[in-house]
Amino acid sequence: MVTRGFFGRRRETPPRPIPPGQYLERGFPVLTAGPTQRVPLDQWSFTLVGADGEPLGEWTWEQFRSLPETEIFTDIHCVTKWSKLDTTWKGVTIDDLLIAAGVTEPPAYLMAFSYGGYTTNLPTWDVIEGRGMVAFEFDGQPIAPEHGGPARLVVPHLYFWKSAKWLRGIRFMPQDQPGFWEQYGYHMYGDPWKEQRYWGD
Amino acid sequence: MSTDFNQHGAGPNPAPSQPSPAPASPSAWQTAVVERVTVETYRARTFTLRLAEPRPFLAGQHYDVRLTAPDGYQAQRSYSIASAPSHPAGIIDLTVELIPDGEVSPYFHEVVQPGDELEVRGPIGGPFTWTPAMGGPLLLIAGGSGIVPLRSILAHREAVAPSLPTLLLYSARTLEDVIYRDWLDALPERAPVSRAIYTLTRRQPDGWSGYQRRVDPAMLVECLSSLAKLAGDQPTEQSPLCYVCGPTGFVEHAADALLAVGIPEPAIKTERFGPTS
Ligand SMILES: Cc1cc2nc3c(=O)[nH]c(=O)nc-3n(C[C@H](O)[C@H](O)[C@H](O)COP(=O)(O)OP(=O)(O)OC[C@H]3O[C@@H](n4cnc5c(N)ncnc54)[C@H](O)[C@@H]3O)c2cc1C
Repeated sequence: MVTRGFFGRRRETPPRPIPPGQYLERGFPVLTAGPTQRVPLDQWSFTLVGADGEPLGEWTWEQFRSLPETEIFTDIHCVTKWSKLDTTWKGVTIDDLLIAAGVTEPPAYLMAFSYGGYTTNLPTWDVIEGRGMVAFEFDGQPIAPEHGGPARLVVPHLYFWKSAKWLRGIRFMPQDQPGFWEQYGYHMYGDPWKEQRYWGD
Repeated sequence: MSTDFNQHGAGPNPAPSQPSPAPASPSAWQTAVVERVTVETYRARTFTLRLAEPRPFLAGQHYDVRLTAPDGYQAQRSYSIASAPSHPAGIIDLTVELIPDGEVSPYFHEVVQPGDELEVRGPIGGPFTWTPAMGGPLLLIAGGSGIVPLRSILAHREAVAPSLPTLLLYSARTLEDVIYRDWLDALPERAPVSRAIYTLTRRQPDGWSGYQRRVDPAMLVECLSSLAKLAGDQPTEQSPLCYVCGPTGFVEHAADALLAVGIPEPAIKTERFGPTS
C-alpha cells in the first residue's frame, strides 16, 4: 500500500544491502527490558551447562581472557528497525569455548542466560563454525555496560536481541524453548533477511 | 511473585515462567484509518486510529507503523499506545513527537490528516506492560514523549484500580512541552491517590516552585515519600512498581537512580525510545 504523501527522507543508499524494513543508524541505540547491569570483573564468570544441567566448563574473567581471541567485522541489525554497519567485535568464539570444555558434539539448541535474568534461545548451528562469539570488545574498546559489557553474545546474522548482553553462560537443550523476548511474541529464530520479527513472520 | 519482571529463566536451570497474558501474534499488517488529529503541544500530536481488525492490547504496548513511498521505499517506526485498553474496541491513540530532522515523525506532523490510511501492526511488547494483577503502588517516570505508554497505564489504572496509589514524575524541557497536561493536572480530582509531578529542565514559568533539574536520587526519595503519603503511610508489602520511559539517556539515568535509592531491580521496568551514540 502506497502511503499518501510519503516519499522518504532517509534515503542514504547503504554501501551494501541491509535487511528489509531496516534503516541505517550511526549511533548505537539500546534495547533492554530493565536497568543496565553492572557486573564487576572479579565477580564475573562464564558457565557452559549441558542439557541435563551438568557443568561442562566454567571460567573466571582471567581464565576467559586467556582463551584464544578472534576479531570479527560485521553489520548488526536490531528488531527495532536500525542497522549499524562496520562494527568490530573481539571475543572468544563458541568453537573455542567448546574446544576448551572438551565438548565435541553439543546438543541441537541452547539458551543463553545473562546477569539480570535475560535469556534467549538459539540453534547451536547458528553459533558454531565462527558464527557466534562471546565478545568483550566493541570497536577496540571494552564493551560499555549499557551495550552488554563485560561480555555479550554476538550472533550478527540474527536480530540483535539474540546477542544477549551481560552474558553469564550457555545451557544446551535437546529441544528449542523460548527465551525472554521470544515468550513475548518475538520470533523463535529471528532472521533479519526474512524479516522474522514476531511470531508468525 | 508479581514483581518478578526481569527474572524469567535466570540461572543455569531456568524454568522460564510464562509472562501473562501472552500476547496474540501481532504479525499481520493491517490498515488503520485516521479518525482525528489532536494538537497536544507545539511538538506533539495525537492520531486517533480506527483499526480494520480490532485487537486487545495491554497498557504499555506499542504499534509499528510502516510508510511506503510510490517507488516501494519503506520506513517503519514504533509508536506507543496512549489510550487505555478499555477504550472502544478498535480505536487507538498514538502520540507522535516531532523530531525535526527525522523521517517518520515529520510525516505525521506535516502530512497526516483525518481520513488517511496507514499500515500498522501490533500490539507489540511484553515486559513494559501493567495489568491490575501486578498491583502497585505505581511510580511512573517519563522523559519527554516517554509519557505516552505511561498515559495508557494511568488511564487503565483509573478504570480498573482507581484506589491504587500512583505517582507520575514527568521530566520535560518546559511547561509547554508537557503532553496531556490538563488531563494529568486533573488526575487527583478523578482519583485522589494519584498525582503528577513535573520537573522542567530547561525553562520554568515565573513563580515555578517545582523541580527544575534532571531526575536524581534525592528527587526520587521525595517522590517515594509522596507516594507513601498517597498510600496513607500504610506500610506496603512490596516496593513500588517503577516504569521508566523516554529517550535512552534519560532511562539509563533514571533507572540507575532508582537502583541507587534501593528499589529492587525486578521492580524496575524500562522502555527506551531514542538512540544513543
Ligand atoms: C518501543 C518504542 C516506542 C516508541 N513510542 C513512541 C511514541 O509513543 N511517541 C513518539 O513520538 N516516539 C516513539 N518512539 C520513537 C519513534 O519510534 C521514532 O524513533 C521517532 O518518532 C523518530 O523517528 P523519525 O523517523 O522521525 O526520526 P529518524 O529519521 O529515525 O531520526 C532522525 C534523527 O533523530 C534522532 N532521533 C530518533 N528518535 C529520536 C528520539 N526519540 N529523540 C531524539 N532524537 C531522536 C535520530 O538519531 C536521528 O539523528 C518509540 C520508539 C520505540 C522503540
